[in-house]
Amino acid sequence: MKRTFDRREFLKLSGAAAALALAGCAGSAAKARVVVVGGGYGGATAAKYIRLWDPAIEVILVERESAFVSCPMSNLVLGGFTTMDRIRHGYDGLRRHGVQVVHDDVTAIDTAKRTVKLARGADLTYDRLIVAPGIDFMFGEIAGYEEAMNAGRVLHAWKAGPQTAALRRQLEEMRDGGVVAISVPLVPYRCPPGPYERASQIAAYLKKAKPRSKVLVLDANPDLVSKGALFKRAWDDLYKGTLEYRGSARVVGVDARTMTARLEVEDVKADVLNILPPQRAGDIAVRAGLATAGNRWCEVDWMTMEAKAAKGVHVLGDATLSAQGMPKSGSMANQHGKLAAAAVVALLNGQAPDPSPKIVNTCYSMVSETEAIRVSSVHAWDADQKTLIPVKGAGGVSSARSELEGRYAWAWAENIWQDTLG
Amino acid sequence: MRTVLVSAAALCVIASGAAAQDNVHARNLAASCAMCHGTDGRGAGGFEPLAGMPKADLVRKVIEFRDGKRPATVMHQIGKGYTDREIELIAEYFSTRRR
Repeated sequence: MKRTFDRREFLKLSGAAAALALAGCAGSAAKARVVVVGGGYGGATAAKYIRLWDPAIEVILVERESAFVSCPMSNLVLGGFTTMDRIRHGYDGLRRHGVQVVHDDVTAIDTAKRTVKLARGADLTYDRLIVAPGIDFMFGEIAGYEEAMNAGRVLHAWKAGPQTAALRRQLEEMRDGGVVAISVPLVPYRCPPGPYERASQIAAYLKKAKPRSKVLVLDANPDLVSKGALFKRAWDDLYKGTLEYRGSARVVGVDARTMTARLEVEDVKADVLNILPPQRAGDIAVRAGLATAGNRWCEVDWMTMEAKAAKGVHVLGDATLSAQGMPKSGSMANQHGKLAAAAVVALLNGQAPDPSPKIVNTCYSMVSETEAIRVSSVHAWDADQKTLIPVKGAGGVSSARSELEGRYAWAWAENIWQDTLG
Repeated sequence: MRTVLVSAAALCVIASGAAAQDNVHARNLAASCAMCHGTDGRGAGGFEPLAGMPKADLVRKVIEFRDGKRPATVMHQIGKGYTDREIELIAEYFSTRRR
């Protein structure tokens, strides 16, 4: 269908934005460039959705690793109930959306010159930057940690990848009758229910393969910080005598030679030490001056995900100073990615961002090979507080653990992987 | 008077202000669902596909979930986070997606 417009009427109607949009429809030169740092749940989703919602925007995603390895479901590798292959995904899906995926290390960000420096490739300039670096660890908070980790003796496996496979090997090699100690840092940290899911998975494995062994959870927090009643019920029903939980048990040091975790008041010896150090925003965000909350987390405007520290820079996912009631989860990062994509597309088209964003969190935890529990929440823009807050009366947890929730957990994983990377 | 030709595709881009804003807001709200139901409602299986579902069907289902009239494991809790107007916007969006 064609329609005739008076040129003046046309211009009045549409302005410069339509001219740009027309150029976009015709597939000509990009109207703007967005660089995305980090290809996890947040960054990959943002990159894909910007291309979906405005193909006239050039998107370059810089990711250090050649493949994505999902933290969600990685605890099942430790339990022996899934494989590294099943949780690993390539970046070709993003390429099919026209995202330029570059495997390189970002060494510096200059927010004044709007430039990203790479270890190997040429500098990249940007019109808008998305920083989604996930977390890095505050190894210095636990005496002896880095030395013990570098020796391969103590692992965190809190970024899914080689450490996940290495921790599984340690579990397989451990004697029957051994002790696996898992430590949990004080909140906030990545994936609040994750350590408890891990304890469940390892307990499931030990109960079957090495029944005289034990899992000891050393939690710096006074009590479980997520899905507490559901986990305790599962542990009571399934892992009595195998899994022991201690609250207010903060690990302050490790000794790889004697395989000892030093707490504030006692020492704990174990055969496998899976110590999760305190965490902060990924290194590059801290180096770029984006971690305005105690040099640890990045404060953002929750309407656009734009960093408080720098105009034109959006920070996503675990690296953010979480809004009220918002967990650091892959689910939440996926939603941050879309929120940022919408804002970036609007702003690059000279439009105002959506004034009332609303996003959802849904996280499953597998408490055995087949059963899961879940937590959900809805987060809406509050015009008075100018932030996202949980919608009262919405969200909640599973009524009980079940195999149906277990099947949904896997469906959630397959769908979010496709939505993020496919 | 000189005239310019505008294709139907371009016309959709320059829809009037309020409707265009509604469309973008609907798109953004619907994107949250994609985490489980797939990008634009075309999922990887395991949850109900939403692409191409008639608007009235999706509105009715979500409102029944929300009001506890339809069995659910999670949608009764998520549904409570949305107003009738938002549910309509989301349903409108998915109804216009190809299956």
